[in-house]
Amino acid sequence: MKNRGYYGDFGGAYLPEILVATFDELEARFEQIKQDPNFWKTYVALMSSYSCRPTPLTFAQNLTDHFGGAKIYIKREDLNHTGAHKLNNVMGQGLLVQKMGKKRVIAETGAGQHGVACATMAAKFGFDCTIYMGEVDVIRQRPNVFWMEQLGATVVPVTDGTRILKDAINEAFRDWVSHMDTTHYVLGTACGPHPFPEMVTYFQSIIGLEARRQILEIEGRLPKRVYACVGGGSNAMGLFSGFSNDPVELVGVEAGGRGLSTGLHASRLKSDDASPGIAQGYKTYFLQDDDGQMKETHSISAGLDYVGVSPILADMHDKGLARFESATDDEVIAALKLTMQKEGIIPALESSHAFALAFKEAPGLSKEDIIIINQSGRGDKDIFTVADAFDDPKWKEFIRTKAEQYHA
Amino acid sequence: MLESYIKERLKTKKILLMTHIVMGYPSFDASYEIVRQMVEAGVDLMELQIPFSEPMADGPVILHANQKAIEEGSTVQGCFEFAQRVAQEFSIPFLFMSYANILYKYGMERFSDRMAKINLKGAIVPDLPPEEGKDYLLAMAKNNLSPIYIFSPETSEERMGYIGSFAQGFVYCLARKGVTGKTTSFSTDLADYLGRCRKATPLPLAVGFGVKDKADIDFLKGKADIAVIGSQTIRVVEEKGTAAIGSFIRSLV
Repeated sequence: MKNRGYYGDFGGAYLPEILVATFDELEARFEQIKQDPNFWKTYVALMSSYSCRPTPLTFAQNLTDHFGGAKIYIKREDLNHTGAHKLNNVMGQGLLVQKMGKKRVIAETGAGQHGVACATMAAKFGFDCTIYMGEVDVIRQRPNVFWMEQLGATVVPVTDGTRILKDAINEAFRDWVSHMDTTHYVLGTACGPHPFPEMVTYFQSIIGLEARRQILEIEGRLPKRVYACVGGGSNAMGLFSGFSNDPVELVGVEAGGRGLSTGLHASRLKSDDASPGIAQGYKTYFLQDDDGQMKETHSISAGLDYVGVSPILADMHDKGLARFESATDDEVIAALKLTMQKEGIIPALESSHAFALAFKEAPGLSKEDIIIINQSGRGDKDIFTVADAFDDPKWKEFIRTKAEQYHA
Repeated sequence: MLESYIKERLKTKKILLMTHIVMGYPSFDASYEIVRQMVEAGVDLMELQIPFSEPMADGPVILHANQKAIEEGSTVQGCFEFAQRVAQEFSIPFLFMSYANILYKYGMERFSDRMAKINLKGAIVPDLPPEEGKDYLLAMAKNNLSPIYIFSPETSEERMGYIGSFAQGFVYCLARKGVTGKTTSFSTDLADYLGRCRKATPLPLAVGFGVKDKADIDFLKGKADIAVIGSQTIRVVEEKGTAAIGSFIRSLV
């Protein structure tokens, strides 16, 4: 434990003693691969043959015309294999697991995208795989549970605490402290103890590196703003790290849930409801009460429904290096509908938060301005949630008929 | 001082017994009754856990007790008041156990000032390694309180030396990997590991995680100084009620 991984006041490694040796090894391995130019080449080659990297940067002509302001580009992480940016991190960590000689991976998942990505990686690399998922999310995201199991993973529903993402993380840590000799914990976001925030950002930076190169190729100039949704913060860190040395405004969009004033949200950086704290092995802004007990969060999207946030983003927030906003459940549904109708693209509910804010701000920008929205994932996984939000009668009828068939 | 109390006590006993409760589980009244019976039955020191919503190092039994206690309204303020009462009424040393966030939110200095004021002797904070514990260590030292540190079977000898340089009172040795409340095999491996711990520090050694009956405690005699019973007492309360605690403790020694 030499480098404590601090970003301003945030980060660190608040580890139970049992995990210290495991983290020392992980950090040493990560330092090794960072120094090794061949590792990044291997990683990019893997991502371009096994997945669809580089993912396209799509010009959204119809949305641009509709809002009459900035030119809107969409970074298409939905076209990554398994349908989200999550695979970038997972394949990188998978290569690391091979180097460490471990045979089993575990992961937490909220929306299920990270779980599916991890199960996919485990299948390809021949690892045993266990995924921890809050019981509430298991219900919200049943199709992903189905796929994880078909891919050979064991999915363990977590029934403790608030039964969502943070509880799945706790449970994954409990597994890890029992099995660290054979097992690597593939943390899915840029949170947790050092080196995870840095390591996950390192693998996800492929998004921003590509997006920067692509926009320069297409437009010959940089965007004015880039937008990403923020749960734990991995897709935002991925996109932002491509533009961190440029005069580009970085905008993170948190889950506003039913509105910040209702208290039913998952906004750590935009709302005044969060304060610095220490949990899950790191220091950041948490939604917690005065005693330090974590609060329940709310979001229509399971992937943003988290009490903490990347310590790197917390530091960027405090230093004014990025701007953080929120979008409500209703705004998100409206943005999703509009994107489908205008562009034939279905962003995930998580990603739709970034779309919702970009749509709010695009008309106020000039036609010369460019913005990039990170479509971190595809939305067809959310069919049950979206169909409920749209209150679609034909879908309900289908479900009823289907259920009756199972009774027969 | 905690260390001298332990060493004095060891002159008349082969091994000491430390027990653990989650304050406010199942209620503060029940917690009080459990403490009373434990002290009466001869427990030598006690850990009082302030519940936390994310108890990462605890297994299902203590995790559940943490959650239930918070739901039932166990606050940090309530825990301080409870601890003050038992530390006043009973003569054994009491320690706090909790997670870093509880102390951090309260303020490290304010927290340890108040601990000293109500006559607590030390604290165990499993997710606050010495590297992250600068403010905590300063505040504890200022108040002459013992920061209890943890060795695990994964801890290297070098690191044992490093941790030992911050530890006071005694060192808490995890009997095995994993979380609280699971089965431990009391074997020669454990004896070897405790031998390594003994070499690394002159402080008394406590052993916890999976210690549940007289056989386990007998095994530890001569190898460790304090046996820690955690989850098992919660199980006894859950299965047989608070009245069963005294006889359970007496069955151990």
